Amino acid sequence: MSDVDVRPPAAAAGTADAADEPSGLRGVIAAVTGRMRGGDLGVAPVVAGLIVIWTVMQILNPVFLSSDNLSNLTMEMVPVGVISLGVVFMLLVGQIDLSVGSLSGVAAAVTAVLFVDQGFNPWLAVLAAVALACLIGWVYAQVFNRFGVPSFVITLAGLLGFLGLQLHVLGPKGAINLPFDSRLVTFAQLDFVPPWLAYTLVVLAAAALYGTGHAHASARRKAGLSATSERVLVLRSVAVLAGLVLAVWYLNRDRGVGWMFVFFLVLVLVAHYVLTRTKYGKAVYAVGGNVEAARRAGINVRTIYTSAFVICTTLAAIGGILAAARLAAANQSTGSGDVNLNAIAAAVIGGTSLFGGRGGAWASLLGILVIQSISNGLTLLNLDSSYRFMVTGVVLMLAVALDSVARRSRASAGRA
Amino acid sequence: MSSSPPTPARSAAADAGKAGGTPAPLLSLRGISKSFGAVAALTDVDLDVSAGEVVALVGDNGAGKSTLVKTLSGVHPPDSGTITFESREVSVTSPAAAQQLGIATVFQDLALCENLNVIENLFLGRELRGLRLDDVAMEVRSRELLQQLSAKIPSVRVPIAGLSGGQRQTVAIARSLLGDPKIIILDEPTAALGVAQTAEVLNLIERLRERGHGVIMISHNMADVKAVADTVAVLRLGRNNGVFDAATTSAEELVAAITGATDNEVTRRARRSAGTAATAATTTDKESADKEGDADE
Repeated sequence: MSDVDVRPPAAAAGTADAADEPSGLRGVIAAVTGRMRGGDLGVAPVVAGLIVIWTVMQILNPVFLSSDNLSNLTMEMVPVGVISLGVVFMLLVGQIDLSVGSLSGVAAAVTAVLFVDQGFNPWLAVLAAVALACLIGWVYAQVFNRFGVPSFVITLAGLLGFLGLQLHVLGPKGAINLPFDSRLVTFAQLDFVPPWLAYTLVVLAAAALYGTGHAHASARRKAGLSATSERVLVLRSVAVLAGLVLAVWYLNRDRGVGWMFVFFLVLVLVAHYVLTRTKYGKAVYAVGGNVEAARRAGINVRTIYTSAFVICTTLAAIGGILAAARLAAANQSTGSGDVNLNAIAAAVIGGTSLFGGRGGAWASLLGILVIQSISNGLTLLNLDSSYRFMVTGVVLMLAVALDSVARRSRASAGRA
Repeated sequence: MSSSPPTPARSAAADAGKAGGTPAPLLSLRGISKSFGAVAALTDVDLDVSAGEVVALVGDNGAGKSTLVKTLSGVHPPDSGTITFESREVSVTSPAAAQQLGIATVFQDLALCENLNVIENLFLGRELRGLRLDDVAMEVRSRELLQQLSAKIPSVRVPIAGLSGGQRQTVAIARSLLGDPKIIILDEPTAALGVAQTAEVLNLIERLRERGHGVIMISHNMADVKAVADTVAVLRLGRNNGVFDAATTSAEELVAAITGATDNEVTRRARRSAGTAATAATTTDKESADKEGDADE
């Protein structure tokens, strides 16, 4: 997705066919403008939006970009971010899950009851809650595939039903505190990556980026295809290295990089790989783009839908458990309120289309960063949630409008 | 893509299309019948296609063209009759079976994913190396394939949404070639295309013939049929209504076969305008204007 096509002169001879792309800088510009004109905006709008939000927030309150606050921001965005990653899968196949908030609440409640009230091993409790979410996703998918009920109706029913289940599981107390010294709570609150390890990971990441890029480019060059030039590869890796080192250094002036945040990053990276580099990922995009075409290409469409439902409910459960762990309590309001819509909004703001087939795993990270920045910044300004809801609403509206406009320009570009 | 069989001479191919040609046809249908409830969609239909031959399948709406194509592509297996493919009697019971045999169908709606690029569409459902996609090999094969077809695609990495109708048709046809089929069935490949794009697709069909594929093309456009087809098979009301050599048969004769009469709306119209032209040459402007007024009624 971030591939830059720079054709070395040597390779041009090998591919002198009619379907050749123009070479050099001109080619890069042509590719980018062509993609933009075709309505494929990628992550450009959300990155621009993020810069604007951060600038405004910093001007309004200089604490916003402090190490302390950013460290906090990276931690508090994780639970809803994980949920939103699941929503991305649903949106990619052109469906939606409105019950992710309730599901996260149910998972938190089940974990807390099993762990605290029933005395289970905490990981066993987590496993049980996640398994329950898998089952729920599978049942959703059966109703969707067999009866053809629209996903938003199924999950709207789920939203209400599982809110009830959450209240029932929590019982008359309505809240269960998790012990502060449990691994679950320390993971979500206190566990930070030691600085030396953080720097090592950053260097490894940059090296891996260069290594895979280099291997890929030389394989393409060997096959006589256009490839990212060595210079661009090195520059890209150095830029990533510098950016990450700076981020780690800045966060380490305070508490550092939380393991929970690293966990979220790993989830996003795995999801990104699955969506872009596997047969399954292509099938997900194909189903979201044109179900009939996917079916005729021999893709088992029902299986793809089922997998999306299950991935979404499972990640919603994990997000709910992380939220409870961060709060050190599962209560009636876990996963309620704006969690549901924030998770969906994050996916859309990050650039995942509501119409299916467009977007990616990074959308959840970028989108939740936008939403959490707004929420965090407004909290710092001592503005209550009324403002937060309104501002988030406006941003969501902008994102959806942008999605629709981009879709229209795609349609007209297709007709051209 | 394996190497194409040697190109047969066009005359040989055309001869083979007519009854009693020397080489055995690649595909031959005999006595195909298909009913949907009380409606007999196809009755006793025969059709022959040789390698390197373009057979145009023409007929009015409801003549059974689509049903015949669906029996060949495995969507609707026939009720009776035999399908002989490469001198073996076969049964085409499912779309997968048709593909296995080497019969590829490009339906009118093309079935492409607009959000995916050309390579992804070509290899959709049969990607190389599922857990770590081999995009290099897929791109190389995509380029080879499109090059063989002399396809004008701006870039193989542009999403289908950015391609014209003719280019999309090209991608759809190229995709059908990936399975290395012997027979390619095109359902109205030039419908809804502009003049230049139609020419592009017609060129492509000629290239398929040069590569030695047997092509069955459904079309309503007599000009396109005359332009690329070797043989024209006419269906009327679910039955054969003649097989014609495209080079020696006029469009009027084909229309007559399609509509089942020499006296039909199309020939009447042709006669009328011919008559008008003749009169116009010998009469005054006013009179000819009157004639045209009559013709318009």
